[in-house]
Amino acid sequence: MPHVPGTQETAVKLVGVNKWYGKFQVLRNLNLSVARGERIVVCGPSGSGKSTMIRCINGLEEHQEGRILVDGTELTDDGKIGDAIRREVGMVFQHFNLFPHLTILENCTLAPMKVRGLSKAEAEEVAMHYLTRVRIPDQAGKYPGALSGGQQQRVAIARALCMKPKIMLFDEPTSALDPEMVKEVLDTMVGLAGDGMTMLCVTHEMGFARQVADRVIFMDKGEIVEEAPPAEFFDNPKNERSRQFLAQILH
Amino acid sequence: MELNFDDVTRYGALLIEGSIFTVVVCVAAGLVGLCLAILFAEGQRRAARALRILIRAYVEFIRNTPFIVQLFFIFFGLPSAGVKIDANTAAFLALTLNVSAYFTEIVRGALETTPKGQYEAGAALGLRPRQVFFHVVLRPALAKVWPALVSQFTLVFLGSAAMSQISAEDLTFAGQFIQSRTFRAFEVYIVVTLIYAGLALAIRSLLLLSGGRLFPWLRGAR
Repeated sequence: MPHVPGTQETAVKLVGVNKWYGKFQVLRNLNLSVARGERIVVCGPSGSGKSTMIRCINGLEEHQEGRILVDGTELTDDGKIGDAIRREVGMVFQHFNLFPHLTILENCTLAPMKVRGLSKAEAEEVAMHYLTRVRIPDQAGKYPGALSGGQQQRVAIARALCMKPKIMLFDEPTSALDPEMVKEVLDTMVGLAGDGMTMLCVTHEMGFARQVADRVIFMDKGEIVEEAPPAEFFDNPKNERSRQFLAQILH
Repeated sequence: MELNFDDVTRYGALLIEGSIFTVVVCVAAGLVGLCLAILFAEGQRRAARALRILIRAYVEFIRNTPFIVQLFFIFFGLPSAGVKIDANTAAFLALTLNVSAYFTEIVRGALETTPKGQYEAGAALGLRPRQVFFHVVLRPALAKVWPALVSQFTLVFLGSAAMSQISAEDLTFAGQFIQSRTFRAFEVYIVVTLIYAGLALAIRSLLLLSGGRLFPWLRGAR
């Protein structure tokens, strides 16, 4: 069947992906298929390669072996393909990475204007829509430095959504937050999941995983060790390493 | 000793013209120099190896030779290479090349402190590297080193007095001219010194203040 963009049932596909930092192998033979609309939670000990994996999916890092297909397009070292894929894949970072010199509104309109070619008015309309969704439209004129961590992360989510991505990647979105701000960010993500967004979340928020994940993927030492629906993964982990990990994070 | 400023005041128009020329040529050199410095600084980080070496050589050459020699090099050197150039233009050229070399080092340092996450966030939004540089990285980097750029510019402004040596019509040149007509050397240089001090202070304060407007996100709490 010829490939028609946007009609793929598989949003993300990894086939035999290997990656090394120098001689150190960080990703080992990863195979993963994420269906459109599926919500995946990736967990595992630090250094297990989970962040590296999702960073490979939007080409922020290169893989050396194997294939990564996003919405049917294979990620190669052709810069144009990387740009095209990043347009369709939103990413939220652990440390928010808002642009400090732009207001909240400008953070949200920059890429839609420069990359999608929206007019300022169109971009601002879209931005206000998503800022309202993450419940901070009243902060639009402020600079990121004036916002709390939780608010900044919600802006970062809105900023990614303004590009109308087909897939959202979350790289430990709540790890850098004060405890009382975790919930507001998770609530935003739960809302997003409810809309049918394809999501890959690296997180240790097991409550979130139980609530929204279709599948939990457990990684250790660069490998996918176990993948299962959350109920099965938490209540009855099959792999020894998963059990050890869960024993450590669930008190 | 008796001071008499009457002769100096008679040539007041010359001093004003000289002051204006000094300010205009320095500000123009500063602006063009900053634009060049931004390109050179980013070029040193990204351009092809040969270009990087060329930029490096230029920066080191300028930073390790006296300004007045650079001035002579351009004013006397270019004509012998067949390029006709008047003193004022030569002065502008020399000042620009001089200030941009120092600015390049300052801006490069600032670019190097940019958090990796800023590049990644830009790339993740689909911005191309050039867009990330101009829309994401550049302004915060300049904001960080603005005071350093302002002090460097002040140094260049004061050092610009050297351009009188190739008879560019700056403030010092006006002073020399008046002195040669009136023989009131001390009075002339008292006035010239005060004008330099006033201009330097005014320019420095104006630039530091305008930092608040250029980089509004730094106002208030960080």
